Amino acid sequence: MMTSRINPLLILFTVLVYIFLMGPLIIVLGASVSDTTYLTFPPQGLTLRWFENIFEISAFKRTIITSLELAFLATGLALLIGIPAAYALNRYRIKLPSWLSTVFVLPILVPEIVLGFSLLKSVAVGMQTPIFLTLLVGHMLLVLPYCVRVVSASLASFDFSIEEAAVSLGSPPVKTFFTIVLPNVRSGVIAAFILAFITSINDVSTSLFLTGPGVSTLPIQILAHVEQFFDPTIASVSVLLMLLTVAVMSIVERTLGLTFLAK
Amino acid sequence: MTQALTVQNLTAHYGATKVLEDLSLSVGKGELVSLLGASGCGKTTTLRLIAGFLEPTSGSIRLGDKDLTRLPAYKRDIGLVFQNYALFPHLSVLDNVGFGLKQRGVAPGDREKRARAMLERVGLSQLADRLPGALSGGQKQRVALARALVIEPPLLMFDEPLSNLDAKLRVDMRVEIRQLQRANGTTSVYVTHDQEEAFSISDRVAIMNAGRIMQFDTPETLYQRPANTFVARFVGFENLVPMTVSARDGAEVTAVTDGGSQLKLSQDRFGAIPDVFVLAARADGLAVSTDANAEGIPATLGLRTYLGRAYQYQADTAAGQLIANGSLSAPLEPGALAKLVPVPDQCCVLKPE
Repeated sequence: MMTSRINPLLILFTVLVYIFLMGPLIIVLGASVSDTTYLTFPPQGLTLRWFENIFEISAFKRTIITSLELAFLATGLALLIGIPAAYALNRYRIKLPSWLSTVFVLPILVPEIVLGFSLLKSVAVGMQTPIFLTLLVGHMLLVLPYCVRVVSASLASFDFSIEEAAVSLGSPPVKTFFTIVLPNVRSGVIAAFILAFITSINDVSTSLFLTGPGVSTLPIQILAHVEQFFDPTIASVSVLLMLLTVAVMSIVERTLGLTFLAK
Repeated sequence: MTQALTVQNLTAHYGATKVLEDLSLSVGKGELVSLLGASGCGKTTTLRLIAGFLEPTSGSIRLGDKDLTRLPAYKRDIGLVFQNYALFPHLSVLDNVGFGLKQRGVAPGDREKRARAMLERVGLSQLADRLPGALSGGQKQRVALARALVIEPPLLMFDEPLSNLDAKLRVDMRVEIRQLQRANGTTSVYVTHDQEEAFSISDRVAIMNAGRIMQFDTPETLYQRPANTFVARFVGFENLVPMTVSARDGAEVTAVTDGGSQLKLSQDRFGAIPDVFVLAARADGLAVSTDANAEGIPATLGLRTYLGRAYQYQADTAAGQLIANGSLSAPLEPGALAKLVPVPDQCCVLKPE
């Protein structure tokens, strides 16, 4: 049998990259099951009580729900705005000024802290809006660029004469959008959803300014918890967040395959 | 039911640029008319206006007794075949063909029967369940054709349908398109930049330039009797010699070329000759003659090339370089002196631009 020679340096590099990527996750995972009252790695003993502990602390329970609500709502709203925006930007590319697509990337270019602070000053304080609503606006702004960009990338390779073909065959334009355009950029919409959802659920910088009495998100609660306690609960919450992300990804992978992310 | 198409005084703008000017065109019932021209001549714009994807600034479009001018595209009931096929990538071949029927509320069973029958006609019934991505270019265009034909449109339009196919397939497909169009008797508009393609399958061809129709006639007339110098050049009249009449004697006219060469032409054979005109001829229309008394343009022959049916010469004359064909029996060497004699049936007397 023929075997191809692989440069040992390449193997070393690959291993190092994997350690670099996986190491922190393994340490967090290890620390979360340690039977000690402080964070340590490698774990001493084995217990799941820190995971139970998450649900005994009501602040965690509350913030997990808030974070999930926020992520779903913000992502949903951002897609409602982002898909039509991406459609218009691609469909009427020649007619629209070129700087218009840049506008939708601005929230990424502005540091998240600045975004959070300005929303605090102008919306939360300035307009006296409820905390959850302000958070929602902030998160929506935060994830909108991902929605527009990813859906745009999908639409860029969509041939709009396909849409015209459907219209010429008697399908009204709005119906055509849902029956012809959307099914063909489905992978882009799902990729946008995942990216936006993960961005929202992991956000600290913007949320830091917008959370307030009674309403907080999970990452902010983690931050608050770390300031007071040093027990492995924090590691187990982190593991929970990781699992949530992995769950979303694997559901998508099962239903669609992740290959579209490479497109 | 197939219908006649009437386009009247159509003008269209892209922003401030006028892309179509006062264009009128009529296509008879069952007729196939081509719009032929270089890119940017307005042929695709005309098609998109008729399809309803663009709105004219002024003018009207009628199909039979129905006014289409302001009707939304999806209500126009026009079958369209696109250059890049434009099949629905997420639908099977059968569903692609059935799409138009579905929009018309045809019941699923009947829909499938008609779609299958149409696929049968374009020879693709065995591919009904494939996705378009798994088809070759020629197969895709057949599906596109079936999809447009199955709704039995009163008007069928083609936008450069064969441009993405290779040369051999292009010839096969155009014959197939013509056969299907004939068999159904569907009024058709066919947009192309390929002269051979347009001439070979059309009843009439409109040659377009800069948003106007330069000439609208049968391929035969266009090829033999171009109406102006633009069309003459377009259909391959290599020699366009500007001339001025210097003397008239009954039907006999004496004309002078730019460089001062004199030529006697008979109006009995060349038709009415105005005082200033352009003599248009293909290489075949200028016979190379070594007879010193022949009535032709004096020339010094240059490069000779072999065409199979004749020798072709690059000839230097007082009016500039011309191209003429000489007989196979007497090849002439470069530098030889000769006369280029206009052949009446193959020359046109045109108005200068």
